[in-house]
Amino acid sequence: MRTEIRICGFGGQGVILAGIILGKAASLFDEKEAVQTQSYGPEARGGASKCEVVISDSKVDYPKVQSPDILVAMSNEALIKYIVDLKDNGTLIVDPGTTDVEDVREFIDEHNIKVHEAPATKTATDEIGLKIVANIVMVGAITKITKVISKDAAIKAIEDSVPKGTEEKNIKAFEAGFNLVE
Amino acid sequence: MAQEFFIQGNEACAKGAITAGCRFFAGYPITPSTEVAETLARELPKVGGSFVQMEDEIASAGAIIGGSWGGTKSMTATSGPGISLMQENIGYAFISETPMVIVDVQRGSPSTAQPTMTAQGDMMQARWGSHGDYEPIALAPSSVQEFFDFTIKAFNLAEEFRCPVFVMADEVVGHMREKITVEDDIEIVPRKRPEKSDKYLPFKNVENGTNPMPSFGDGFNIHVTGLTHDERGYPDTNNPETHDKLVQRICDKILNNRDKICSVQSENCEDADIIILSYGSPVRSVVEAVNRARDEGKKVGYIKLDTPWPFPEEQVVQLSSNASDVIVVEMNLGQMYYEVDRVLKRSANVHLMGKIGGAMPTPDEILDQINRIGGN
Amino acid sequence: MSEQKENRFLPYLREDRLPHIFCPGCGNGAIINAFLAAMEKAEMDFDNIAMVSGIGCSSRIPGYLNCDSLHTTHGRALSFATGLKVANKDLDVVVFTGDGDAASIGGNHLIHAARRNINLTVICINNNIYGMTGGQISPTSPKGSFGTTAPYGNRDAPFKLAELVAAAGASYSARWTTVQIENLVLSIKEGLKNPGFSFIEVATQCPTYFGRKNKLKTPTAMAAVMKANTVFKSAAERMRAKELEGKIVVGEFANSQRDEFTEGIEKISVEKSGKKTIINSAFESKL
Repeated sequence: MRTEIRICGFGGQGVILAGIILGKAASLFDEKEAVQTQSYGPEARGGASKCEVVISDSKVDYPKVQSPDILVAMSNEALIKYIVDLKDNGTLIVDPGTTDVEDVREFIDEHNIKVHEAPATKTATDEIGLKIVANIVMVGAITKITKVISKDAAIKAIEDSVPKGTEEKNIKAFEAGFNLVE
Repeated sequence: MAQEFFIQGNEACAKGAITAGCRFFAGYPITPSTEVAETLARELPKVGGSFVQMEDEIASAGAIIGGSWGGTKSMTATSGPGISLMQENIGYAFISETPMVIVDVQRGSPSTAQPTMTAQGDMMQARWGSHGDYEPIALAPSSVQEFFDFTIKAFNLAEEFRCPVFVMADEVVGHMREKITVEDDIEIVPRKRPEKSDKYLPFKNVENGTNPMPSFGDGFNIHVTGLTHDERGYPDTNNPETHDKLVQRICDKILNNRDKICSVQSENCEDADIIILSYGSPVRSVVEAVNRARDEGKKVGYIKLDTPWPFPEEQVVQLSSNASDVIVVEMNLGQMYYEVDRVLKRSANVHLMGKIGGAMPTPDEILDQINRIGGN
Repeated sequence: MSEQKENRFLPYLREDRLPHIFCPGCGNGAIINAFLAAMEKAEMDFDNIAMVSGIGCSSRIPGYLNCDSLHTTHGRALSFATGLKVANKDLDVVVFTGDGDAASIGGNHLIHAARRNINLTVICINNNIYGMTGGQISPTSPKGSFGTTAPYGNRDAPFKLAELVAAAGASYSARWTTVQIENLVLSIKEGLKNPGFSFIEVATQCPTYFGRKNKLKTPTAMAAVMKANTVFKSAAERMRAKELEGKIVVGEFANSQRDEFTEGIEKISVEKSGKKTIINSAFESKL
């Protein structure tokens, strides 16, 4: 089965790293196949940032995401821009601190979208004391909600991806995200 | 033990270079190839290698030729605008028979066009970009694993045939991340040093075309020039025979070894009415489209060119022998298409599906093309 | 040329390449002799010298010397030399270039090589004209001089190469002429010994093209004019700009050491790998 995931937000929120962790977890630690791609804009900071991952049980040929099964939005601008590509019956995960799902309510209802709220930014700030780990909190929520990667694989991928010395804080952020949602 | 990594294509290229024995990189920043330079700037010093950011791409190509004659496997990486600038020194590398690797992560073109978007507009520049007659080798990776593997292969071919070798990647393959497996027993071709003797001629008209090559400082006191030269390397610019022999030999050493160099991958071509031919990242869409067409009962197969240059004529002709139609899928307005059309000599209808704009062709678009042509 | 058989530098030449292509009266012969004399004075090992050149009459010099030599593309000699020196910093790399090669098509490479202070010794033979292509003006042609592409006189101001290279960061830069061979020899010796970018500009005569186009028909006439126009740097410093028009200022324009480029690369290698930059690794099957 092929699962297409799009994670989007502002530049600087770490959505690219979140996508890399999903791809790495799936392909190195879950014995699945994965491809991660991203959009490159000319602006160095700020602006919209978008990261895409395709995870599959078999070889991934076409590497790009066309209509995601899962959309993760960490900014309202990105939510409004990308919601239209989401598949019918697809999964939407938003950070309620940075988005307002009411802005896309019509689409959600028409296309039977399953909506999950994961207050990643607030959790990162309040529980970890570090706003910059909101992306890792979100990885925890994605793992729990979608089961597209296993928890073990996610933890290994985080350890392998974050700067040395920050592993503990990041795993804590992941656990917080994992426990944030049902 | 084999190791696995989940990395970007450009990082895999850099890793392949170091595995192949590259210890010198000279380059100039250019999107979408810059991560190759950035990775090697970080990694080369860890293995006793050298990285230099040159003042431009002309200097980068010159520096790696100098580095290669200095006894070090050398590489540069760039994109279309840089490849344009390098052409004169690439010609020098061909006539002086200098092993080196040039990585081109292709982007939208002509000119500066689309720095962050994918394209395959430089295929003919790899073939004909420098003035005069020469036969280049070019490899086109379709995955991160192949970008690693083909970079190593490029170094090996460069040493085996004493010539520049291109790795013609594109933005998609350069920037996406995938798993690669690095095996323990990767074959590396070292440079052959000549025997110390008075008889050594660095540019001898030998049967197989390729001479061993000393490095500067080895005591051979050789002269290397871009002028037409005799077997000693001395300029001999007005003698038609010297020029003919030299240029013929540097072409023949590639052409006569096509069976060793050329590589294609194919599937379902035996009974196919329609064959899709492609190279680089679009192959991924082609494979998916062909699989879906087969599921619908259509007799469709594909040919993937691992080595666009030298063009694998024999393989393409043989694999297409039963097909009525061949669709060439590439991200330009027709480059390799003309090669396919030339070698098939109307034995099949050759169609171009050339897509520009920066988004790679999708499996749906290729299926549409298959349906338009027929394919029952 | 009658004393050629007594030339003590003959062992350094590729005798099988003689006769050479240089015109009678060309300054290249005197400069080759000056270079070889300087090399001996500097107690250099000739076998460890590798030469690099670009395109033009002066760039043909390495082809006549019996050492490893890389005769490259027009203007790019310093890029090739940079790669060669980085690949093997133990080699003594000498670059022969001309005014068109180094200052016109290769101008950017020249200032960047100087900025890096890479340990190369560059002999720039400045004859103020493109000789090999038949007498076109160059970026160092004096204002008002004639060439086939300046039939009404050159309207552009010339580059002052030794000063330019000094300003770009070379640790050694000097200018002499072919009528001051002793100074030239000492200067090349300094350049060879300087562990950084060394640039020695030699103003020279091209009787065939510059001379004929500018009413200086013989090499002797050219030498006499050159001598008359030469001003030492110390004297020039006390002269006004107007007085210095058309003069050739000779002397040293830079002579102070600073960090060298390939040493810097090696330092990083030692820090990161625990060993010096690797040499001749292309021949290894396992690294």
